[in-house]
Amino acid sequence: MDETAVRANPRPPRRPGDRIFSGFATAAAALILVALAGVGLFLTSEGIPALTAGKNEVPGGNGILAYAWPLVFGTLLSSAIALIVAAPLAIGVALFISHYAPRRLAIPLGYLVDLLAAVPSIVYGLWGFFFLAPRMGPLYGWLDDHAGFIPLFAGPASPTGRTMLTVGLVLAVMILPIVTALCREIFLQTPRLHEEAALALGATRWEMVRMTVFPYARSGMVSAAMLGLGRALGETIAVATVLSVSGVVTFNVISSTNPGTIAANIALKFPEASGIEVNVLVATGLVLFLITFAVNFVARAIVGRRSEFSGAN
Amino acid sequence: MTTPTQTEPRPNPGTSERLDERLHSPQLPRWTPWAVLAAAAVVTVLLNTVGGQGKALSVVLGWLIFVVTLTVMSRLYEGGRKSVDRLATVMVTTAFVVALMPLGTLLYLVVSNGAPALSGSFLSASMRNVVGEGGGIFHALWGTLLVTGMAAAMSIPIGLLTGIYLVEYGRGRLARWVTLLVDVMTGIPSIVAGLFAYALFVLFFGEGIRMGFGGAVALSLLMIPLVVRSSEEMLKLVPNELREASYALGVPKWRTITKVVLPTAMAGIVTGITIAIARVIGETAPLLIICGSTDSTNFDLFHGRMMTLPVYIYSQYKNPGFPPEFGIERAWGAALVLTIIIMVLNLVARLISYYFSPKTKV
Repeated sequence: MDETAVRANPRPPRRPGDRIFSGFATAAAALILVALAGVGLFLTSEGIPALTAGKNEVPGGNGILAYAWPLVFGTLLSSAIALIVAAPLAIGVALFISHYAPRRLAIPLGYLVDLLAAVPSIVYGLWGFFFLAPRMGPLYGWLDDHAGFIPLFAGPASPTGRTMLTVGLVLAVMILPIVTALCREIFLQTPRLHEEAALALGATRWEMVRMTVFPYARSGMVSAAMLGLGRALGETIAVATVLSVSGVVTFNVISSTNPGTIAANIALKFPEASGIEVNVLVATGLVLFLITFAVNFVARAIVGRRSEFSGAN
Repeated sequence: MTTPTQTEPRPNPGTSERLDERLHSPQLPRWTPWAVLAAAAVVTVLLNTVGGQGKALSVVLGWLIFVVTLTVMSRLYEGGRKSVDRLATVMVTTAFVVALMPLGTLLYLVVSNGAPALSGSFLSASMRNVVGEGGGIFHALWGTLLVTGMAAAMSIPIGLLTGIYLVEYGRGRLARWVTLLVDVMTGIPSIVAGLFAYALFVLFFGEGIRMGFGGAVALSLLMIPLVVRSSEEMLKLVPNELREASYALGVPKWRTITKVVLPTAMAGIVTGITIAIARVIGETAPLLIICGSTDSTNFDLFHGRMMTLPVYIYSQYKNPGFPPEFGIERAWGAALVLTIIIMVLNLVARLISYYFSPKTKV
């Protein structure tokens, strides 16, 4: 074969093996899109009968909206508590690991926090039910007596401690590892020169963190918190184990009458459900899917936008 | 930094003493925080024993005393900025300690309650015909192994191939969408995955379908994004020089990927897969929906209800029977077994990445 022939065909030949392999890889990637579309599609197809069903057929007898509203409310309330507790704590822990702990200890300490993520949610449920809830009971009594004028603590306090606030705390512990891990990654990416410049100008360590780390990591912290929120919204078994549910809509977080959450309600009702109730539960699951999808989508979009510009910083 | 009210006549400003004062602001000795902490600890113990306060309350009060004392001391002696810095350090460290408390109490609770339940028969007996004492987790253990194994068998090829696609082939719109949607998929609530599997199989088998394979489908929906993410990260780490060297020798792209790129990244990929298995093996909600719960051993993934460890814990806690203490004890025992499995998987993953990853030092 002469030189011109080589130059005439500069692209390497596509061998059958290449074509088959890249075909498999592309098919696998496409399958993920199909699966995600399938989740939306099948949930919709199973959920639609609940939307079209008569008011009296839906459990509770007031239609799907009246059925779903307390659950949506409970889901949002418990996740909001979890986020309010977990976000500052996670930022503190991440900062401790990235900027405060001795270098040598930082990695093992990071593993320790990651271990929290490995504990299954049912074990968190048992922990919340047998350990946390009984210990929170007296605190709720105290809050009821001394802070009862705040609607959140209106009482009457639950003696068992199986309340919305307890659930929020359990969820906070459960989302702590993921928020911490994401924050830690972002904190570690702060340009070293920014930090050293701040220190060289005489800043204390905290001033250095406030002037260089936080501005750099702001959008990342927001999206980490939102990803944690997505986790808290969908958490099922821990909530189903801990919370005592009575289907009311109330901001009172220390009493024994609480709204349920979508996920926990499905877990509690589904094993014995039949007929239209299954469709109702699937429809609430679809609502949960849409809420978490939106939260995750926005969070990832924030991260994605940031990563495009991070090279310039 | 110097005190503004200086009554003494100034000494010669050029002396070294004066210079020293200007260069070094006053600073508390290094051991100050520890000394204050020790003092606060003593106060805490006194509050608890002599003062008769509860344990939790005395710890909170002792911590407040520590924070206030240290900050005020620092403010008086070192000035405002330093005291804020000390306060921030204490807060950050406190956040870390607080975050570890659940882990500590949780592990203690699981081990202390679960250990008495463990025995040979606990591992080798199912719950068939068991009322009250006795019974075990044999059926749940097998169910967990089968369902998780099936889920892994489906997720690993799909996840790994998608990772390869994203790193080696993916250009343009499909790759961008897959990247974004894999991220979104990691956030799918596990219960929604269970409902999806139910809604899918209901089409083929009719209402009320329960089968182990459905659980595997639900778990793989949760596992695939984890495998994609970790294998993508690991494949990206493989230096391009290796690929180019292989191409230069005339090796086709697919042989380059299977013979050069994958072996280089294998340790990291196996670590990621192990962690993904550890993550889904503890899932309760989707299995509760689609696998159901049963007292008998079932080895057939495609037929009938199948018990799994997390669902076993949940159902023993929910319906402990009468008297309830036996059911609760079984729940704790199973929780201990499940926690041990997950911790071992995590440990194995760390060891693999530690021993088998390419050493950076040549």
